[in-house]
Amino acid sequence: MTILEVRDLNKRFGGLQAVGDVSFSVQQGSIKALIGPNGAGKTTLFNLLSGMLPPDSGTIRFINDDVQRLQPYQVAALGMSRTFQHIRLFPHMTALENIMIGRHMHSKAGFIAGMLSLPWTRKEEKTVRERSLDIMAFLGIADFADTEATSLAYGQQRILELGRALACEPKLLLLDEPAAGLNMRETAEMAKLISRIRDTGITVLLVEHDMSLVMNISDEIVVLSYGQKIADDKPLAIQKNPEVIKVYLGEEE
Amino acid sequence: MVRSRYIPVALFAFSIIAVQLLTALTDRAQFLTQLTMTGYYSLVIIGLCMLIGYAGQISLGHAGFFAIGGYASAFLTTYNLAPHKEKPVISIFAKTGLLLNVQDLYGGDTLVFNPWLACIAAVAVTVLIAYVIGGPVLKLKGHYLAMATLGFGTIVYKVVLGTSFFGAADGLSDIPGFRLLPGLEVSGKTSIRIQNYYISWGMVLLGMLLLTNLINSRVGRALRSIHSAEDAANAMGINTGRYKLNIFVLSAVFAALGGVFLTHYNGGIGPSEASIMKSVRYVAIVAIGGMANLWGALSMGIILNFLSLRGYFGSYDDAVFGVILILIMLFAPEGLLRREVFRGAKKWLSGRGKAEGQKA
Repeated sequence: MTILEVRDLNKRFGGLQAVGDVSFSVQQGSIKALIGPNGAGKTTLFNLLSGMLPPDSGTIRFINDDVQRLQPYQVAALGMSRTFQHIRLFPHMTALENIMIGRHMHSKAGFIAGMLSLPWTRKEEKTVRERSLDIMAFLGIADFADTEATSLAYGQQRILELGRALACEPKLLLLDEPAAGLNMRETAEMAKLISRIRDTGITVLLVEHDMSLVMNISDEIVVLSYGQKIADDKPLAIQKNPEVIKVYLGEEE
Repeated sequence: MVRSRYIPVALFAFSIIAVQLLTALTDRAQFLTQLTMTGYYSLVIIGLCMLIGYAGQISLGHAGFFAIGGYASAFLTTYNLAPHKEKPVISIFAKTGLLLNVQDLYGGDTLVFNPWLACIAAVAVTVLIAYVIGGPVLKLKGHYLAMATLGFGTIVYKVVLGTSFFGAADGLSDIPGFRLLPGLEVSGKTSIRIQNYYISWGMVLLGMLLLTNLINSRVGRALRSIHSAEDAANAMGINTGRYKLNIFVLSAVFAALGGVFLTHYNGGIGPSEASIMKSVRYVAIVAIGGMANLWGALSMGIILNFLSLRGYFGSYDDAVFGVILILIMLFAPEGLLRREVFRGAKKWLSGRGKAEGQKA
């Protein structure tokens, strides 16, 4: 079953065609990777998918909804969560509170209920806290629950941000360079973690530069170059694709 | 189990009583007048602290909301309806007890709206205006938002100053007292000074209770996330636009209620309550109080408003608040009484406590 269907997506910044007529689809339960040289339009594509940028044209179909005109919070509510290339945790909040923000859409207390601290909201808060701690335990970062998020080590911040997105209980998880800035050991752990997440039934779409990670865990790979899709295939076929090799290694004179 | 967040609320309740007893013991009951007024200004401060400190949105127009509340209530409780007595709408109001017969200064009968109705109407008008203004304005960020809200404040000031309905430069006076319950009235009569002190601070206490609850709720967490990374908050499913608008409206309601009650207490309101310098003063107090620190903002509000009302700043009143704002922005842009400072102090104290315990 197709969970995400992108068709003829376009985004132009002035004279730059950041994303040009890109179409691809993601199968439910798979890990799909988006790769390409710097400036290929990967992050722009992610911003289009998550509603942070409106496309100039094209459609994004997520499960049963066209989401290309929705705001990020609406896209998130439909079950698509993301992380950011440059970690965007909430400073001045603890690691646990960061995860609890991910539970926002699965809880209800509003202004009035919050001000009155009604019994059901206190119960709800307790559930949110417990569920968030479970997620931290799943990721192996439960020890840092009360540490301020931005004072964690870089690798832990990456995992925390992933946890925040997981707390949303997404159907599709968008990971923007999950291994950026991680050392080899941490990257390997991240790869394992992403596979574990997929095994829980969550579909993963990721942008990544680290080829070992991409080739190891992806079911399919889309290659972008200057905003255009140049390949969309299984990892082994991508490695042999002459056009991909040309883009990555440069053309012989 | 007593939740730790209610401990400061309880301490606050005790200090309210302690201050009153202190004024009684030291024969300084005249202080109660300024303390009562300070209470109503504190409502503005704590509401604004939620907007600035927790949601991270600035407003340089909150004196406008204070004035809208005060003027709406003042107008409705002084505008004589007696000549319109025969009109059907008015007679329905009169029959349902929503109107009040008041004697004016010369002993003539006037028919005005019941303060309860006026208060509800004032809050309703404030909510409406706050939604209409906040909707477009809160799409702006940083100093653009500051300028837009400054514009709003200026409009309110110029409208009340230029409208004869609202008494132009003189403002409105002879506002009747606000009978909350039989035997409980908001008014400046010396005989019920103590009662009014407790009404005022009771409201602040209630406000603090509601807002500390809010901060510790799902909504408070969402507001803080908007403050620290708005786009990330939005990507986590938080309707950031709606949250910003709601907290803006809530803080406007706090300001308007302060305006309504202070107007009934003082028996009048003038255009200076809507002036930009008042808005600047509120922002300065929240800033010195520590931005995201409700108790800090409240205590700074109490100290500075009380000193100002007692006339300690003389004719430099507004200048003092201007200087405070400059100094805060230069040397402690995150506020003087930050939570981090308290946390640091707490850690230091507990660390020392432990060390001493080990020694013993």
